[in-house]
Amino acid sequence: MSTTSALLTTEEPIRRTPVGLLVLLRGHPRVTAASVLVALLFLIALLAPFISPHDPLAVNADDSYLPPFAPGHWLGTDELGRDLLSRVLWGARVSLPVAFVAVGVGVVGGGIIGLASGYAGGFTDLLLMRVVDALLAFPGLILAIAIVAALGPGLRNAMIAIGIVAIPVYARLVRAVTLQLKQLEFVTATRSLGASPSRLILRHIIPNLLNPVIVQISLSAGFAILAEATLSFLGLGAQVPTPDWGQMINTGAAFLANDPWLAIIPGIAISITVYSFNFLGDSLRDALDPRLRG
Amino acid sequence: MAHLLELDDVHTQLTLKEGVVRAVDGVSFHVDPGETLGIVGESGSGKSMTALSIMRLLPRSGRITAGTIRFKGKDLTDLSEGEMEEIRGTEIAMIFQDPMTSLNPVYRVGWQVSEPLRIHRHISSSAAMTAAVGLLKKVGIPEAEKRVSQYPHVFSGGMRQRAMIAMGLSTSPSLLIADEPTTALDVTIQAQILELLGNLNRDSGTATILITHNLGVVAGMCERVIVMYAGRIVEEGRTEDVFAKPEHPYTWSLLRSIPRLDAEGHEPLHPIEGSPPDMTQLPTGCKFRPRCQFAIDRCAAEEPGMQPVGRQVARCWVTQGGASLDGPGDGG
Repeated sequence: MSTTSALLTTEEPIRRTPVGLLVLLRGHPRVTAASVLVALLFLIALLAPFISPHDPLAVNADDSYLPPFAPGHWLGTDELGRDLLSRVLWGARVSLPVAFVAVGVGVVGGGIIGLASGYAGGFTDLLLMRVVDALLAFPGLILAIAIVAALGPGLRNAMIAIGIVAIPVYARLVRAVTLQLKQLEFVTATRSLGASPSRLILRHIIPNLLNPVIVQISLSAGFAILAEATLSFLGLGAQVPTPDWGQMINTGAAFLANDPWLAIIPGIAISITVYSFNFLGDSLRDALDPRLRG
Repeated sequence: MAHLLELDDVHTQLTLKEGVVRAVDGVSFHVDPGETLGIVGESGSGKSMTALSIMRLLPRSGRITAGTIRFKGKDLTDLSEGEMEEIRGTEIAMIFQDPMTSLNPVYRVGWQVSEPLRIHRHISSSAAMTAAVGLLKKVGIPEAEKRVSQYPHVFSGGMRQRAMIAMGLSTSPSLLIADEPTTALDVTIQAQILELLGNLNRDSGTATILITHNLGVVAGMCERVIVMYAGRIVEEGRTEDVFAKPEHPYTWSLLRSIPRLDAEGHEPLHPIEGSPPDMTQLPTGCKFRPRCQFAIDRCAAEEPGMQPVGRQVARCWVTQGGASLDGPGDGG
């Protein structure tokens, strides 16, 4: 099996077209498995209103503190008798969009900084990279917490904060790849055909950046999920009563001694999600490794 | 006849950390419509910088500081970037040394070959593809219909260089600058590419500047040749004259350093002694003097100008003084 996939990679290197993605999925079972996992998560988020057995916000004091596998409540209920399964499923509708908007902020912001820095070089590069270095000097979560503290708690500000934290990663990545690409003769060759700098960047450099950026997106999506949960846990993200994983752990922490599942179940949901994205990122990185490309 | 391209005293400087390099130092030459001009020299002699100056595609550190580059009567150094973009790819095309990295790996060959047409003629994608098939056929790529939809990595070096040539010729430019087009290729492929360039030059009347360090290539392809050393032209003339009787010691050494297949027994190789000069610290006087076996006192004192010697023009006190570059330099 591994020989087959190795042969496939040398003869059919990865392309950035939809066809190329299909080839990628066929040739790399790990990528396929990871993609299925991630797709499943998105499906859950999308279908939560239809597949949830209960209203995630419906309070039912009679059924509070039911343990997992209780009749009618597979994962039990919380202190207000709300169905945990429903809340976990609905939680995906909070975490995934937040993570993706945040990563989007990082990709767009970091991409623009990285492209400007790598393509223009010189003083622009120096200036932008010092700003990025300054952002990198703070541990990611601390910086996110500081930004939310400054902007005020709430999901929207959490997205902005996590996005800003993600910017340096993309700025550095895009800059590095742009610098490499600039060395290649096709850049000068394209200019010699009369292509304007904007055409060169949009049509020639950006498509060449997609591979590493896609890998980084799946990796930082995991981080963004975790960061969102952390912020919500600290009360800086999703607010009560939004069914959010971090926020559920926060509430559940108070009952850890007697009813640990209140915190453990959303914790598992976070773990599975982060794992899925990291798995996707890792397998994509291996599959797209330039050393394996012909 | 009006010259197609005329460089007059062009100076190009590179500002590097090590200092200012005068990569192109007072270069003047012309190219007539339809002719093939060879530019020969070692690495770092300013051949490529001359080409990039004409294209106005110098690296960020580079700048044309003086001189005029007249193309069809227009001074290219005066044009705006936008006007220059109009000329690149339509009037002047360039092909590069390394066909492996000259094509964008993420696009199909047909898409790339027809890119000049899409940039300058704004044709539709389907028309561009049809044009690409025709262009690939013209440069001798078999199964062009199939090849247009392949990616560059499937192409061999020679095929890629053919594709690059097709790209350069797609808009029928009046000048093609080929910067070491065969350096990265196998010898057999080199011959094919050169033959292709020669045929295209004959058929379409595209003037060609062929930059190379391979004298054999020049002998086979070019009517006139320019020899460059340390950013200057040191000899210029008709190829047959220059090859028959070089009037600059550098040209003489270059020609002598070619191993002869018809030599009897084991003739030793004749390398050019020393190495190309440090461009940030050029010697005074003639720049070739430290490596020259004919040097006289005057060579260190002042730099010679380009003067007619024999049938060509050369920058050398020795030959300008009437001496000949035959035999003696062997040191015995």
